[in-house]
Amino acid sequence: MSGGVDSAVAAARAVDAGHDVVGVHLALSRMPGTLRTGSRGCCTIEDSMDAQRAANIIGIPYYVWDFSERFKLDVVDDFIAEYSAGRTPNPCMRCNERIKFAALLEKAIDLGFDAVATGHYATIVTDDAGGRELHRAAAWAKDQSYVLGVLTKEQLAHSMFPLGATPSKAEVRAEAAARGFSVATKPDSHDICFIPDGDTRGWLAERVGAEKGVILDRGGDTVGSHEGAHAFTVGQRKGLNLGVPSPDGRPRFVLEVRPSTNEVVVGPKEALDIAEIAGSSYSWAGNAPADASIPFECHVQIRAHADPVPAIAVVRPAVRQTQGTYSVPISGENEMVITPVEPLNGVAPGQTAVVYVGTRVLGQCTIHRTTSAVPVPVA
Amino acid sequence: MPVYLDHAATTPMLPEAKAAYVEALDVVGNPSSIHSQGQNARRMLEEAREGVAASLGADPIEVVFTSGGTEAVNLGIKGLYWARRNPAPERSTGQATGVDAAAPTRARILVPRGEHHATVDTVEWLEKYEGAVIEWIPLDADGRISVDALAAALGPDVALVTMLLANNEVGTVQPVAEVVALAARFDVPVHVDAVSAYGHIPIDFASSGLAALSVSAHKIGGPLGIGALVVARTASVVPLIHGGGQQRQVRSGTQDAPAAIGFAVAARAAHASLAPLRDRVIAGVRAAVPEAVLRGDPVDRIDNNAHFTFPGCEGDSLLFLLDVAGVSVSTGSACQAGIPEASHVLLAMGLDEDEARGAIRVTLGHTSTDYDVDVFLAALPGAVDRARRAGYSDRNVHATA
Repeated sequence: MSGGVDSAVAAARAVDAGHDVVGVHLALSRMPGTLRTGSRGCCTIEDSMDAQRAANIIGIPYYVWDFSERFKLDVVDDFIAEYSAGRTPNPCMRCNERIKFAALLEKAIDLGFDAVATGHYATIVTDDAGGRELHRAAAWAKDQSYVLGVLTKEQLAHSMFPLGATPSKAEVRAEAAARGFSVATKPDSHDICFIPDGDTRGWLAERVGAEKGVILDRGGDTVGSHEGAHAFTVGQRKGLNLGVPSPDGRPRFVLEVRPSTNEVVVGPKEALDIAEIAGSSYSWAGNAPADASIPFECHVQIRAHADPVPAIAVVRPAVRQTQGTYSVPISGENEMVITPVEPLNGVAPGQTAVVYVGTRVLGQCTIHRTTSAVPVPVA
Repeated sequence: MPVYLDHAATTPMLPEAKAAYVEALDVVGNPSSIHSQGQNARRMLEEAREGVAASLGADPIEVVFTSGGTEAVNLGIKGLYWARRNPAPERSTGQATGVDAAAPTRARILVPRGEHHATVDTVEWLEKYEGAVIEWIPLDADGRISVDALAAALGPDVALVTMLLANNEVGTVQPVAEVVALAARFDVPVHVDAVSAYGHIPIDFASSGLAALSVSAHKIGGPLGIGALVVARTASVVPLIHGGGQQRQVRSGTQDAPAAIGFAVAARAAHASLAPLRDRVIAGVRAAVPEAVLRGDPVDRIDNNAHFTFPGCEGDSLLFLLDVAGVSVSTGSACQAGIPEASHVLLAMGLDEDEARGAIRVTLGHTSTDYDVDVFLAALPGAVDRARRAGYSDRNVHATA
């Protein structure tokens, strides 16, 4: 129970459904702020008190469990490390994967609980054989199945999402008000919970350390300089301050961030079009397909709020691309390869590609390689 | 009804204290008013003060009522510190103080490790904002302060010594008399936090040589919201709270006669020894969980305290599991927004972080029965097994990867 409206209503519904429920608030920082500020809707002492007041009204016991150390290691440090490596991670997915449905779930099971129920908007469907499938929420606009795409069959077997079937957030708020929860009108949280003012770039700059470097075009020519490669994201257009105009006078976009050499590569918008994405770290949210080595039709979603697009996915032996000209197989390793029917725009390594079949989340991969739809011009 | 074994946190009001408190709430009148109804309230208040004073071997004029133990400790420490560091003539009774302007500033405060947070946070505040120099006196493995270290640190430039009479977590009784005798050589005032000891070991303020002593009513069966700082006639404290000049100009504010009456009834009640029941808890825990380790002095401890560490367990897992089983206990350590921290008391006693995290404090009170102990002992082995399986929540990083 974060102290927000969703987890409060989820807890109340779990009680109504006849479960024996205990409210747990995760302490994710050793030094929480006192009062809520800005768009953050969690993690302060005030939020903890909001959660406790909701638990009081529901009539369930309430405890604070401390996962601050693991959260720091598995989510915050991971976020910094990924950015340092030029990738764009999603810390909320990491938190679901490593904390909420791992550390918390393990501790809960050890202490005698059966499942973790959260206020996520997603649905779990039980198939005829008793297997669990993860599906989108009825409230499409609030759907959070994307950030749950990392959950495995085992984790889904011990997860409950009581809000999944509710058609809108407005209904959840109305129910919260009817139940007398003080958080019924509490603003939604967005931004990354551990970055207090929402200034991700500034927060990262303090931790990653910034060094001046060069901005290159796709032919390898220097076209500008920067104050630290980590501050750039694939697809970014603003803030490049390029000294050398592009040959055709058109705006240029960040195509690639290379932290090892502290280089940023820019190019025309169409060069952001990605024909293929691949990830060797993949999982299935429920039963795996009978034979994933046979290409199958799906939809792929690459950000929490992106639209899903039609694609073909397959799992095949992993390859390492060299100069984009030929590929070397990596023995013993498989990767999920996703080919969107139309090229995808602005995909960054480190993002998660979630694969849907209809409303069902089939699985996901962390993108480690992208292939541009537009070949590099010969220099 | 759940079994309540956390009497050191707060203990139920004694029925007679509650009755006197409730009855007194009907009396109209401010004890500072001059009319007869005010005088009546004043009479009730002063009778209560006499009752509390008698329970502590103090003169009534020495008893300054506060909002509770924390305020008493703050007044005792800050008040003595300010009075000693900057002896100001206008704060005394008017006669010349004979302060030598060349005298060294007395800014050092000697504080044992493992004190209650009311003390720790107060001296740290004085260090940060008021120029105090804190010297932490070490504890031994039983939680007793090192008298030798304290003796070595004493000197004429010490503002005060402050210490617990008995440790609130592990129950060890401290060698206060020895400390007072040492401090007297340098005319250094000693404040004692007796909140956890009050009602469990006899206190005779008159013969103690103490400058000040803090107690709280709700720990002995009185109401919440009232405590007292006993300030020796010979000691001076600078007030924290300014206003109408009540209580020797030391603690302004309308005095709470009903709470004082409830306090006095609890103070004068007979407090039967809890040692036999406490010893049952200790023996029972050792039999049920042989690897459990009793913390604090095995003999020289207050009669209501049994404190154990359980290897491989997190105290908050144990607390949760016992709570689910209907038994209320404590981990003994302070929480920030419910985030458990390894006890600074246990760390000061030389335990490592892991050992310190497995702490459970069981404290008894006037309502405790053999049945309570039976329920606790029956629930304990299963809770320990489960808690050990859950392990430490900050470990097994990437276990699912």
